[in-house]
Amino acid sequence: MSNQSNVGREGQEGVRPGRGATTGVHVGASSSNAETAVRVRDPWAPRGQGNGRGPRAIASSAGAATASYYGLPVLNEPVWSARDIAGYLFLGGLAGASAAVGAGAHVTGRRALARGAKLGAAGAVGLSLAALVHDLGRPTRFLNMLRVLKVTSPMNIGSWLLAGFAPAAMASAASEVTGLAPTGGAIATAAAAVLGPGVSAYTAALIANTAVPSWHGGHRTMPYVFVASGASAAAGWGLLTAPPTECEPVRRLALVAGPAEIALTKLMEREMGMAAEPYHQGRAGIYMKLAVGLTALGSLTSSLARRDRRAGIAAGAALLLGSAFERFGVFRAGVQSARDPVYTIAPQRARRAEVTARG
Amino acid sequence: MSTDTTPGQILDPVADRRLRTGPLSNGQDAAEARGYVDPPPRVGFFTDTSVCIGCKACEVACKEWNRVPEDGLVFTGMSYDNTQGLGADTWRHVAFIEQRKPLARQVTGAVARTGLESHDEGDASGAVGFRWLMASDVCKHCTEAACLDVCPTGAIFRTEFGTVVVQEDICNGCGYCVPACPYGVIDKREDDGRVWKCTLCYDRLKVGQEPACAKACPTDSIQFGVLDELRERADQRLAVLHSAGVSDARLYGRDPDDGVGGDGAFFLLLDEPEVYGLPPDPVVGTRELPALWARVGLAAAALSATVAAVFVARRS
Ligand code: SF4
Ligand code: SF4
Repeated sequence: MSNQSNVGREGQEGVRPGRGATTGVHVGASSSNAETAVRVRDPWAPRGQGNGRGPRAIASSAGAATASYYGLPVLNEPVWSARDIAGYLFLGGLAGASAAVGAGAHVTGRRALARGAKLGAAGAVGLSLAALVHDLGRPTRFLNMLRVLKVTSPMNIGSWLLAGFAPAAMASAASEVTGLAPTGGAIATAAAAVLGPGVSAYTAALIANTAVPSWHGGHRTMPYVFVASGASAAAGWGLLTAPPTECEPVRRLALVAGPAEIALTKLMEREMGMAAEPYHQGRAGIYMKLAVGLTALGSLTSSLARRDRRAGIAAGAALLLGSAFERFGVFRAGVQSARDPVYTIAPQRARRAEVTARG
Repeated sequence: MSTDTTPGQILDPVADRRLRTGPLSNGQDAAEARGYVDPPPRVGFFTDTSVCIGCKACEVACKEWNRVPEDGLVFTGMSYDNTQGLGADTWRHVAFIEQRKPLARQVTGAVARTGLESHDEGDASGAVGFRWLMASDVCKHCTEAACLDVCPTGAIFRTEFGTVVVQEDICNGCGYCVPACPYGVIDKREDDGRVWKCTLCYDRLKVGQEPACAKACPTDSIQFGVLDELRERADQRLAVLHSAGVSDARLYGRDPDDGVGGDGAFFLLLDEPEVYGLPPDPVVGTRELPALWARVGLAAAALSATVAAVFVARRS
């Protein structure tokens, strides 16, 4: 008598309802667990709805812990492409921290390390700009970013930061490579080192200042996670490019930044409550595990880099990859959390219940 | 879309604070806070879902007036809703929810005269009845609009009517507003590259016409008007429904003290907001942004200090 089936776009699952099928029994209820929501890929995936951006939940299994509208997401999924924007988070972090390393090496006379770091910063910021522009719906309107100055928009502030940082990093690298205008090069190096850490850190504000549960949930700790991850990547780049005689500072940086990245990520997840779940699920879960493993490996191996160049290269590569997986993992977790309405609804419900209880 | 003042250019943090905390927390000040001198009163929608019949005239009228492209011809199996949700090409969306629950203690004439039971069978718990909830969703034109705050180009601006509109000649399709909106309203049109959403028929407002959806709505479920008046009207309607025994009725987005400073388009609902696909307690991200910026500054300083330290430290 009661209708036990889920009716989705691909037809029915489960028991065929009789004539007395009850209405609304399974409707308006979503599971409390992301894994049990039935997701159906729409074969005709229309543009604009679903946007061909992957499956949308259209029916949910029984177990009505949290009500929702047919298990559909409350939020619209981020339209950013992972390659461009997660790539941008990684490259921006690497560029910013490398600029600081480049300045340190410049001042302490470590020529090879300085050269590598400055070139790394310039290359990474160039690529990150390309990724940013590529992700725009209207790339030719890129400069509209600098039409206004708005502190409520981290993307706007970030654009201004990059507008200062990118030329500085590039001038610094150009002077390093050509040997021309050494004083100008030194000034550019200093400017890049001042702006660089901001470039590394602001991307946390960029994604935390959204309604996406697993991004917004990190608004307390994510800036620290991101600078640690940027420092770890820059240390990796230094180990990769500098000879053992000069890599002592980046070796130390790797020993500090790698473990810091891992520990701060754990702390961030703890503060997020339920929104931390996506960090352990699906592709985000895999990326985050790889990030921890590679970063730990890189940090440990870096201690051998004082004597062995090959150990330095291995450690550097592991640190860079670890940082990249960290950013792709964070990005991906946010997308996953936006897809499941429970991460939007349940915490808000809990907050409201708390307020009501307090009177 | 020319206005007398240049909107959305520069943030005025003082005005924004006033909006949140001061007594000037209604929408008219949202326009004034953006520099309009003597703006018209703030307008909005009151969508009374208790009289919605699910005819979707609003969806159609919106599409026609605003020339919104087709948004997918699909069969979802979700009651009568094949539209699914708001997006770049859907600016009004009618939700359909079927529930085993009586709307109220309704006694029809036939039942009263004949003593016959209604045709509802009742379930195991003895509850009798069945109800259909229908609701036409739309952009909320938030008093503190996340999409407007995060837009890096100033493409999204506050109109003189206190509404929130995207200027399509400025938007560069960065997509930041999409995950920023706590209601899942604004979205990117992929083949166009820009974002689109309800404009509250800015073009019609400018010539003194009400928005197309409100005009088309045959039951006056969608009511357009000056926001303060709509709020009064909604309070009265809520009182009427409560006294008629519809205890489920509640207003959503009416409260200027909520997480977005109140919605310019608010609703009367007959169940929890999430049942309709609405977030139960949305908060604009901008409120936490000052603290977030402070942490970004601290984190950047920590990075500089750490890098300096690893170069200065003596070899152990
Ligand atoms: S509902 Fe979303 S799109 Fe509409 S004004 Fe509010 S934040 Fe902007
Ligand atoms: S996509 Fe367009 S409207 Fe949205 S934040 Fe970017 S520039 Fe502004």
